[in-house]
Amino acid sequence: MFVVIVGCGRVGSTVAKSMLSDGHDVSVIDEDPEAIALLEKGQDRSWEELGGSFTVGTALEIDALLEAGIERADAFVVSTDGDNTNLVIAQVAQRRFEVPQVVVRVLDPARAKWYREQGLATICPTQTAIELLEEAVRGGAGDRREAA
Amino acid sequence: MYVLIVGAGKVGWNLARELLHRGHEVTVVESDRGRYATVEEELGHSVQSGDGSELWVLERAGIERADMVVAVTGDDEDNILISQVGREKYGVERIIARCNNPRNFQHFELLGVKPVVSATDLILRLIEHEVPKYGPLHLLDLHQERLEIIELDVDEGSAAAGARVEDVGLPDGALVISILREGMGFVPTGESVINAGDEVLLVLDPGLEESVTGYFTSAAGTRAA
Repeated sequence: MFVVIVGCGRVGSTVAKSMLSDGHDVSVIDEDPEAIALLEKGQDRSWEELGGSFTVGTALEIDALLEAGIERADAFVVSTDGDNTNLVIAQVAQRRFEVPQVVVRVLDPARAKWYREQGLATICPTQTAIELLEEAVRGGAGDRREAA
Repeated sequence: MYVLIVGAGKVGWNLARELLHRGHEVTVVESDRGRYATVEEELGHSVQSGDGSELWVLERAGIERADMVVAVTGDDEDNILISQVGREKYGVERIIARCNNPRNFQHFELLGVKPVVSATDLILRLIEHEVPKYGPLHLLDLHQERLEIIELDVDEGSAAAGARVEDVGLPDGALVISILREGMGFVPTGESVINAGDEVLLVLDPGLEESVTGYFTSAAGTRAA
């Protein structure tokens, strides 16, 4: 599978490394040329020597997406730090480039929910955190007043 | 009319003031606290503080009853998103979006956001208009309707100079809709004579621009500049 990942922060870079070590082809885009350091952290060879590719550019630049290979991508992962950027570029990947699988990170639960209802595969870490925190509290030690 | 403006930059602020003067109800949403405070001094409760791409902020500003949403922040992705949820989630019938970087215009178009206003693009068109022999000026592209309206200068020695409109021999799909001469314009008939030095407006089917331009330029004249 050929995976294009936009946004090389903690999330994007980790997904990129694990997809590459699973044997997939991986191409990463970030506007910061230094971001490649995250892909090479803890590795003894460069990202490109490991078989990955890296393109410098912002997500809304069609040229950067083309250079990264969006036209032949089987999967497209969007995880920059801007929700609106992510939602626009995910729709561009889906509608214009017809990438079969598009996954997009959206921090705001409200936008994540509405766009999911419109058919976009949104992942909302905030919502996940809310649910896990609530679950942890509910399943925890219980009420000290009751114990007393 | 109730108009919701997102972004209280120069465009949003001035627009809000003008609309208020015309008696409309206006709310401007601004995310920057400092900017909000400045604008609030003049516009009072017509400006609200908040990130206009957050749905609850839009709802608090009354997007559900807005007759029009104007997305004029400095970020194209924000303007696209606000326009998209305005129309598709909240059913706002009239949307106007600002495109800051003309290269992003294609994204607005792809996601069905229109009309789109781009200051850069408008100024570019004016430059083309002001610099003679730059080529035909695109006045209007009606993408949806598949029509273009262009303006051309009529060169001395061109096929059209001195000819009646009906004798120029323009291809089907091209129509002269106006002749501008000495600062005045008129709608020509087939018998109107086109003079060198006139400017003509044409409506075209797409793709005819290049062949039609040839009727109004002289082979010798245009390249010299």
